[in-house]
Amino acid sequence: MSVEAGTTPTTDPNAVDVESGTATSANEDAAVPEARPTSVTMTKALNQALRDCLADDDTVLVFGEDVGRLGGVFRVTEGLRAEFGATRVWDSPLAESGIIGTAIGMAMNGMRPVVEMQFDAYAYPAFEQIVSHVAKMRNRTKGRVSLPITIRIPYAGDIGGVEHHSDSSEAYWTSTPGLTVVTPSNPADAYSLLRESIASDDPVVFMEPKSRYWMKETLTLPVTTAPMDRAQVIREGTDATLLAYGPTVRTALDSAEAGAEHGLSIEVIDLRTLSPFDDETVSASVRKTSRAAIIHEAAQFGGYGAEVAARLTERNFTYLSAPILRITGFDVPYPSPKLEEFYLPTVERVLDSLESWDWEL
Amino acid sequence: MTIDVPTTGRSLPQLQPISFIGPDGQPTDTPTEGLRIPSDATLIGLYRQMVLVRRFEAQVTHLTRQGRLATYPSAAGQEAAEVGATTALAPNDWLFPTYRDSAALLTRGVPVAELLAAFRGDWHCGFDPHEYHTSPAATPLATQTLHATGFAMAAKLKGEDAATLTFLGDGASSEGDTHEAFNFASVWQTPTVFVLQNNQYAISTPLREQTNATMLADRAAGYGMPGLRVDGNDVAAVFAAVSAALERGRNGDGPTLIECLTYRMESHTNSDDPTKYRESEEVEHWKQFDPIDRLEKYLRSTGALNDAGVADVAEAAEALAETVRDAMNTEAEIDPRELFAHVYSRPRTALAEQQQLLEAELAGTELAAAGQA
Ligand SMILES: Cc1ncc(C[n+]2csc(CCOP(=O)(O)OP(=O)(O)O)c2C)c(N)n1
Repeated sequence: MSVEAGTTPTTDPNAVDVESGTATSANEDAAVPEARPTSVTMTKALNQALRDCLADDDTVLVFGEDVGRLGGVFRVTEGLRAEFGATRVWDSPLAESGIIGTAIGMAMNGMRPVVEMQFDAYAYPAFEQIVSHVAKMRNRTKGRVSLPITIRIPYAGDIGGVEHHSDSSEAYWTSTPGLTVVTPSNPADAYSLLRESIASDDPVVFMEPKSRYWMKETLTLPVTTAPMDRAQVIREGTDATLLAYGPTVRTALDSAEAGAEHGLSIEVIDLRTLSPFDDETVSASVRKTSRAAIIHEAAQFGGYGAEVAARLTERNFTYLSAPILRITGFDVPYPSPKLEEFYLPTVERVLDSLESWDWEL
Repeated sequence: MTIDVPTTGRSLPQLQPISFIGPDGQPTDTPTEGLRIPSDATLIGLYRQMVLVRRFEAQVTHLTRQGRLATYPSAAGQEAAEVGATTALAPNDWLFPTYRDSAALLTRGVPVAELLAAFRGDWHCGFDPHEYHTSPAATPLATQTLHATGFAMAAKLKGEDAATLTFLGDGASSEGDTHEAFNFASVWQTPTVFVLQNNQYAISTPLREQTNATMLADRAAGYGMPGLRVDGNDVAAVFAAVSAALERGRNGDGPTLIECLTYRMESHTNSDDPTKYRESEEVEHWKQFDPIDRLEKYLRSTGALNDAGVADVAEAAEALAETVRDAMNTEAEIDPRELFAHVYSRPRTALAEQQQLLEAELAGTELAAAGQA
């Protein structure tokens, strides 16, 4: 797994203390002057998005486990409690269903709660509240009650996390009507998409790729990138389309780079928002290249890639010259740190898969 | 050396349920915990509303047996808890009910047709929650207790003079969300009243297999909030206890748990057979504690109610039953396209495509019907 310059190497299980976060690296840019390009990490971009939303709108509230004094285990909420006070940003009791359930009541009473589920697998106690109520309230009340709640979930692996700290749970959320599911892969999108999510009248599951938290980008905040229902072509190509999101966007770009050395011109699309799916952008690309593969960390069977492959085939069958591939994690529980490198889809695995296509066609 | 340990716990509630009016219609000598019996005028109003909702429950249950409604969980026998607690709410307060609390919705002013929409199968929630300050009735057990807590938290943050009341059952009290709600409400000191209707059964499971605790009100102590045990068939006690708890909440003193001891006279819904899990002697026993009988006796004894008054209320109840029948005879207009209308606030291409599919199917059906004519 490659890591670009300036990013904290995250494949070494000792490099990041998962439970206590990355106090030093996440906060290097604490006093960034505005309106000047600076190097911004994804955590800093998310932090600034929350700060700007809290400043702009009194109804925005931030609460969850350890998001106040500590600033979250990944420091995404750092400094917000000090700046906005404990009635806007506070530490809740340790109970995920309670966090989501109370956020529902607050949203019914005119607030815009932004809540943090500390780690992917720890959102599961809140599954019922998210699926049965957050997703359905608008529909069951014929649009009379909408729930503008943003549920932030740090997700996916590649950081040497212990058990239950590396799940990719997107398929649960994307198969739930009523939810919007967003996942940025870079600091600029992280900022822009989080602001858009908080402004949305619909509930948003905002999935933050843990392995990208420390990625840096030179940016001027505030920044507005493409709207959240649009996928983005982030590298042009003519031979094949690689679809990726969150943590695997880097893998896709690296694969395209490596493919170029073998004479392949690979287009890369960052999906950015998993639900709704941007059929238009993706189908246009697939019609151009006639080949597509999707890369994700989650297990394959019944995963998000299956949905992507099915809908692309339905819409573009006659344009395709090869089956749509899924390069994913294996159908096993997310493994221990020492096995992670064998589980995660790598550039080599992506390139090997592409070789399975009959390139003569 | 002693360690200064902060204490927020309270002593356990009294074993004897709080009660003003006994099953015989006479004042009791049981504890009232400093609460005051409501005025005769208030009691007359509560009596009237209990009679109305009992007639409502009977009519709806009857229609369900006829197959006119899909399913209905009646709260017959629990009128005192439903009506006493809901009547204590101020208009600005919010109610967070469950599937069994139609009597509470009716008391809150939700029109019969809108209330029954869910049971008719028209739409999950047929009324506007903002209009009646009442949340859609929750079916996943205990989930609404957290919504009530969050709503009250927002009210507190906004400085609103509003409290929330939520109903839950003895079965629901075993769910994790109940404990999370008790804890959040107490830590955040939200103006929330949890009315636990202990009607002795969760579908078929009796209380003794639900909990090993002596009483459910005891749980409050563990969360640092007051817990009261109330005779849930004495509407005077329920109204007084809930009124005081709401007042406490509005004054910034946090949540209260109120356990109402009561009994479910009907089956869980029309689809279960209660003779499989309870003896008829038990049902007969509980009939002696009927909430309406005892209040009627009491009000007659004080002279606040006479035959004419009783007949008057009975007449209003018959009128309500007729409203229920009328509502059931009027088919609500169902627009299948509405399937897609309220899922998201913003249009979605995929939903628009699916809507087109449905519309084409509908057009095809209409064409086929026209062809046959
Ligand atoms: C989470 C959940 N599990 C199971 C059910 C199915 N269910 C519906 S009502 C019920 C019993 C509830 O009993 P109780 O809380 O005592 O309320 P009551 O029906 O007696 O008013 C059950 C198990 C449900 N609605 N929600």
